[in-house]
Amino acid sequence: MGDRFDVIVVGAGPAGTSCAYTAAKSGLNVLLIERGEYPGSKNVMGGILYRKQMEEIIPEFWKEAPLERPVVEQRFWFMDRESMVTSSYKGLEWGREPYNNFTVLRAKFDQWFASKAVEQGALLINETVVTECIVEDGRVVGVRTDRPDGDVYADVVVLADGVNSLLGKSLGFHKEWKPDEVALTVMEVMNLPKKTINERFNVEDNQGVSIEIFGDSTQGLLGTAFLYTNKDSLNIGVGTTLSGMIKKKLKPYHLLEYVKTHPMVKPYLEGGETAEYLAHLIPEGGYKSVPRLVGDGVVIVGDAAQFVNAIHREGSNMAMSSGKMAAEAIVRAKEIGDFTERTLDHYRKELYRSFVGKDLKKYKDVTHTFEDHPQYMADYIPMLNKAANKFFTVDGSPKKQKQSDIIKGFTKDKGKITVARDLIRAWKVMK
Amino acid sequence: MHILVCIKQVPDTKIIKVNPKTNTLDRSSAPAILNPYDAHAVEEAVRLRKIYGGKVTVLSMGPPQARNAIRKCVEIGADEGILISDRRFAGADTLATSYALFKAVEKIQKTDGVDLILCGKHAIDGDTGQTGPGVARRLGIPPLTCVIRVEDVDVENRTLKVHRKVEEGYEVIASTLPSLLTVEKEINEVSWAPLPNMIRAARYEPSVWNVDDLDDVDIKQLGLKGSPTIVGKMWPPEKSKGAKMISGDPADQTVAVMKIFMKEQELFTKAGRKN
Ligand SMILES: Cc1cc2nc3c(=O)[nH]c(=O)nc-3n(C[C@H](O)[C@H](O)[C@H](O)COP(=O)(O)OP(=O)(O)OC[C@H]3O[C@@H](n4cnc5c(N)ncnc54)[C@H](O)[C@@H]3O)c2cc1C
Repeated sequence: MGDRFDVIVVGAGPAGTSCAYTAAKSGLNVLLIERGEYPGSKNVMGGILYRKQMEEIIPEFWKEAPLERPVVEQRFWFMDRESMVTSSYKGLEWGREPYNNFTVLRAKFDQWFASKAVEQGALLINETVVTECIVEDGRVVGVRTDRPDGDVYADVVVLADGVNSLLGKSLGFHKEWKPDEVALTVMEVMNLPKKTINERFNVEDNQGVSIEIFGDSTQGLLGTAFLYTNKDSLNIGVGTTLSGMIKKKLKPYHLLEYVKTHPMVKPYLEGGETAEYLAHLIPEGGYKSVPRLVGDGVVIVGDAAQFVNAIHREGSNMAMSSGKMAAEAIVRAKEIGDFTERTLDHYRKELYRSFVGKDLKKYKDVTHTFEDHPQYMADYIPMLNKAANKFFTVDGSPKKQKQSDIIKGFTKDKGKITVARDLIRAWKVMK
Repeated sequence: MHILVCIKQVPDTKIIKVNPKTNTLDRSSAPAILNPYDAHAVEEAVRLRKIYGGKVTVLSMGPPQARNAIRKCVEIGADEGILISDRRFAGADTLATSYALFKAVEKIQKTDGVDLILCGKHAIDGDTGQTGPGVARRLGIPPLTCVIRVEDVDVENRTLKVHRKVEEGYEVIASTLPSLLTVEKEINEVSWAPLPNMIRAARYEPSVWNVDDLDDVDIKQLGLKGSPTIVGKMWPPEKSKGAKMISGDPADQTVAVMKIFMKEQELFTKAGRKN
């Protein structure tokens, strides 16, 4: 019989590390197993880290964590082929403590975060793949790894193994995700001198910009592109539901190429050198796709449990909060010495009571609705651009005339009723 | 049998960047790893321990982060690790390094006795291969470099046999215990560490010694002061032109290769026939 721990956490991403950190800090004996060469070596994220949930784990983390830039400006682009309508907010208070959110590079951030869990007493093992859960009498009692003598046992196993969660699947907690439950995202890190970034994005050294791009960036498919500023590099990426890509027979890297060479985007990237090319799935099934979360001796957290708010591109924060809540439930279970589903279910209850459960519920129909009704991305964004063009082009026609033309333009092709119905539907799923 | 392995943490020179102005290595651009040759030395020590029993201790000089390289050795199967770490060691060339290691070996010998010392052939950040032999000479034991096989270790009669890689093959040498061997990569394959070793390594805290923990140290022979090496000039190695890739099905490839031979070696040509 191999070593024994209170908790084994599989996967050192934000979910797993938060869980390991919290459990170790409470004095539990924690083993954190990561398949990558080091935590973060294989992890992909657009790069927005939210201050709030991170701070709940490590207060004032910004004083020592390897962050890129605090985001002081969020821009939204509604892009057509040769135009865009934009909206943005810039607030310099976001550039000061306590900040709002930060751009990060996961390879650096995850490594640092995991080292903090180790400081709390968790044991971290890299380059080790967990191949299955060891189940005895319907109870998860440990994990099997790909190493010789690779079995190791614990009271509770936490599955924080990311979007594919082969382990969750093998326990029968969920089936293979359907193509409309995941988004395929590709991104590049492009090196660009700090000075150039500052000038191009109109910021100073310690200020960052996030840009979310809708519309032509996904050629009308449900999805978004993003452009974020790091210290001396940019993250540019694009993702759409897997089902959309399959339907349109699009190759992800073609789509990224399309975004990079789009006339609205290209000038921002000029002179950038591609340092990394990354591809990853994002769980976007939302509330309805959340699998079973708890079993005897096992809980599932983060992407592995589909905890992503696709509308607000929040994933890492939900991962962290779920990891922390799982750890708290395990600490509680340890106190009473009972690790059955009934006790661990505390985690599920707390989760649904928290912002994770509430936000997932609020947007439960969004992805599905937009997926079934492609007109939002494909038609309305071009229409918005046409309207803006018409309104701002000085051609001698009175503004009143322009307004009525614009409204006619909106309803001409579809009819008033269809447009009204689309608006109500969108309002309903977003409200 | 007590086997001591001298190891070093090095920047991964496969991916390291060279500062184009000073031609020095930009150490922050590459992760720190266990010198790959040293991994083979540890593996060999562990293999010998399995046969002859005893203990494997690793010894390293370096900054506090070098503890991670020692943990890597524990993953491979080392029993103990000692790091000698002190600002007064800093800036050492191979002469000063071998002196410091020698002093540490002396101290280990006093309590444990050392039957065999293994080192990697060289460290990939310096490629000198001088430190191992330097330690051997100071200890007054035979240095055997470029070893590709160890056999017939006789702990009782204090002898062993090794195969040394030489230009045109290998030579077999009998030596006495203790000897110091520096090993080539082909001596073994570093095995996939078992999980218990990984867990032990994650927990493991090596002993850390500073200069004052060693006995009778001549401070003048340590660190920068003890390092007569002068770097005259540095330049990056010329970039190799790269190999020519030949593709196509096997028949195409054969034809392409034959064409090159015929041209370059002047095979089947009038000029070639004369040679
Ligand atoms: C392109 C892209 C952009 C994104 N942008 C943002 C953003 O801007 N903001 C945001 O908050 N979220 C974003 N997300 C989502 C965010 O990345 C995820 O929600 C978050 O990483 C989930 O964390 P996790 O710990 O659950 O999973 P992961 O980060 O995927 O970590 C899982 C870990 O488990 C390891 N692992 C997996 N299987 C095994 C195994 N069998 N054995 C051992 N180890 C294993 C993996 O190597 C990995 O380290 C983005 C995602 C993508 C793909």
